[in-house]
Amino acid sequence: MRKTVSCTINGRAYTLSVDVRQSLLDMLRELGLTSVKEGCGVGECGACTVLVNGRAIDSCIYLAVWAHGKTIRTAEGEAADGRMSAVQQAYVDAGAVQCGFCTPGLIMTSTAFVERHRGRKVSRQEIRRAHAGNLCRCTGYETIIRAVEKCLGRQAEMPSDDGD
Amino acid sequence: MFAIDYYQQAESVAQAVALLAAEPGARLVAGGTDVLIRLREGRGDYARLVDINGLEELRGIGLADDGTLRIGALSTFRQVMASDDVRRLVPVVAEAVGTAGGPQLRNVATVGGNICNGAVSADSVGALLVHDAQLEIQGPEGRRRTPLQGFHTGPGRVALARDEVLVALHIRPRDYRGFGAAYYKYAMREAMDIATIGCTAAVRLEGEAIGELRLVFTVAAPTPVRCAHAEAAAAGRPLTAETLDAVAAAVAADVQPRTSWRARQDFRLHIIRTLAARVTRRAAERAGGKF
Ligand SMILES: Cc1cc2nc3c(=O)[nH]c(=O)nc-3n(C[C@H](O)[C@H](O)[C@H](O)COP(=O)(O)OP(=O)(O)OC[C@H]3O[C@@H](n4cnc5c(N)ncnc54)[C@H](O)[C@@H]3O)c2cc1C
Ligand code: FES
Ligand code: FES
Repeated sequence: MRKTVSCTINGRAYTLSVDVRQSLLDMLRELGLTSVKEGCGVGECGACTVLVNGRAIDSCIYLAVWAHGKTIRTAEGEAADGRMSAVQQAYVDAGAVQCGFCTPGLIMTSTAFVERHRGRKVSRQEIRRAHAGNLCRCTGYETIIRAVEKCLGRQAEMPSDDGD
Repeated sequence: MFAIDYYQQAESVAQAVALLAAEPGARLVAGGTDVLIRLREGRGDYARLVDINGLEELRGIGLADDGTLRIGALSTFRQVMASDDVRRLVPVVAEAVGTAGGPQLRNVATVGGNICNGAVSADSVGALLVHDAQLEIQGPEGRRRTPLQGFHTGPGRVALARDEVLVALHIRPRDYRGFGAAYYKYAMREAMDIATIGCTAAVRLEGEAIGELRLVFTVAAPTPVRCAHAEAAAAGRPLTAETLDAVAAAVAADVQPRTSWRARQDFRLHIIRTLAARVTRRAAERAGGKF
């Protein structure tokens, strides 16, 4: 069975005929948005993270038909006019990308977090907790946390309130 | 692709009930964070779905005139955590769902799904039980109310007919006023883990003593359990280490922990005793008590 889904993806309006058995991950990858990665397929790793109405979700366990009427963002849409977003640039500057498989998902989690916490005082523990749904096998997370801190504009002072 | 054989989007709760009644073997999908995982595991009994994900009438958290808190079944964990009414009146409910999964999961997983999947490890259930939540359920014959206490009938089983929909949870003022409460999730990791043991306590003080203790353990028996023996050991007793010891000693009669790959039975019992005292103390302190 197919259903018509109208949604906005990375700022562009789409009307799509979607198989009701598809995940949002399948749908986005078929559109060529291959930044959306399938790691585990069961909501554990966050490699498939995209934003739906500004909230990070695991697109591997989200039905494509639920995208109807919603605004979706993937890492592809974050760069504009050949320039990376502040979060993407911060990842590069902090050396937070190694193999890169987790990176698009993490970028989206960080983007939602930064947009919601800009100008607020945030502890490293809060940053860690807010990224607990994204696994990275390479970096050890430290550089990722630094990238997020930099986006929040407090790279200089780094209180180690979680003991590291 | 998920191996879905039958799929209908309900446009109202009444229609969801009708679709369930008309389609044998069909079940609801809300946030899908259990159902879609079961489908990935190849479970054919999850292949026929009535989708309630879009039903606004099942969302929303608010207060009735008499002070009863109503939490729509489709409220996500994140919405529960963000609700001012929840944080003010029953903060332990927000604390509990805040321990589930990671942020992506909490943006999608619903309270109704957490209750209706019957999981013994469900993180919301202890907090809702200490506040004696009442379930509002719609079926072919209309709406009924039933306590959450007793709703779980076995591992993964609840007392819900296959054509019924959980509409909302209600918490009455007498079940939150004057209580301090706390949840402790004992798990192997700090996030993205299922509870090895979950302990929730709510305490109402009477002068310098415990007026009432409500204690619930999850993953300590085939269903979440209210701990009658431990509660009786605390009632009317002063805020002392001896009282906490008595609670810890009595709780063994309330639980039936088992050995699993996560933890052995004797280790679980050790955690249960330790948490019974620790979480009771934290709840009493949150009620304003001093030990
Ligand atoms: C990676 C991951 C981590 C998780 N971590 C945790 C955790 O830490 N703690 C925890 O408690 N859970 C956890 N879960 C389990 C799950 O997310 C929760 O149980 C969640 O609350 C289920 O809600 P849902 O809306 O997604 O349910 P669904 O999958 O949509 O439904 C679950 C069941 O409930 C039924 N149902 C749903 N809504 C209703 C309703 N309104 N009326 C009647 N029946 C209904 C469905 O038919 C189905 O049988 C995790 C899941 C994943 C994938
Ligand atoms: S692929 Fe979706 S969470 Fe791992
Ligand atoms: S950079 Fe390799 S998994 Fe994160």
